Amino acid sequence: MRYALLVQGAPYSQQASHSALRFAMALPERGHRLDSVFFYHDGVYNAARLAAPPQDEPHLPDAWRELHERHGTELLVCIASALRRGLLDEREAARHGKEGHSVEPPFELTGLGQLIELGRRCDRLVTFPP
Amino acid sequence: MAQSDPPGELLVILRHAPHGSSWLREGLDAALVAAAFGQSVTLLFQGEGVMALLEGQDSGALGQKGTSATLEMLGMYDIESLYVDAAALARFGLTRDDLLLAAEPLEAADTPAILAAHPQVLVF
Repeated sequence: MRYALLVQGAPYSQQASHSALRFAMALPERGHRLDSVFFYHDGVYNAARLAAPPQDEPHLPDAWRELHERHGTELLVCIASALRRGLLDEREAARHGKEGHSVEPPFELTGLGQLIELGRRCDRLVTFPP
Repeated sequence: MAQSDPPGELLVILRHAPHGSSWLREGLDAALVAAAFGQSVTLLFQGEGVMALLEGQDSGALGQKGTSATLEMLGMYDIESLYVDAAALARFGLTRDDLLLAAEPLEAADTPAILAAHPQVLVF
């Protein structure tokens, strides 16, 4: 089946992202395809380029990136939720006159319409709330 | 009203009151975008989410935008299938007359049928 995940919990603060990642890793092992992960609400912090967790803890942004590299999973970040929380890619940083950027590919800033499209396109859309 | 309509494609369940968190706004945003994309959307206000429907709301003391203006726009987006958790209304001492939109009270026993009738459910 084709899956998509909706992640709404902040990494490290709540279980949601950790559970979502494990679910994401289990899907291909069971023969399913994970199309996309959509980060909404505090879930957008999973895309923080500058996240630097302690070495003995899972590095969630890196783990999502690895998932993308291995399985081609799209990593979609709600742009409205992200900008409010200081998560900007290079283009948005330039547009808002900010010196640095905090989101980089394979994470993509995108609109909520993508989430709706995923719901329509995939067989299952599974939510991981905080 | 809502009960005779064919079931929608997407059910959005709103469980949070306005102002205390961004859940209500973000849930409504998802509903509006889905409607703008041509999906038929049903809303269910559950638990503290029934507070969203109260008449006479302002923007909130902390500078949040508030959601009542968004709710008033639902009709423009053809979101007309609205349910409100009957038990929650009773718990907060509210009646249908206190609500700014005509939402159909939904008994707990009838909730599973609404869930089952929608192929997609998003919970906020």
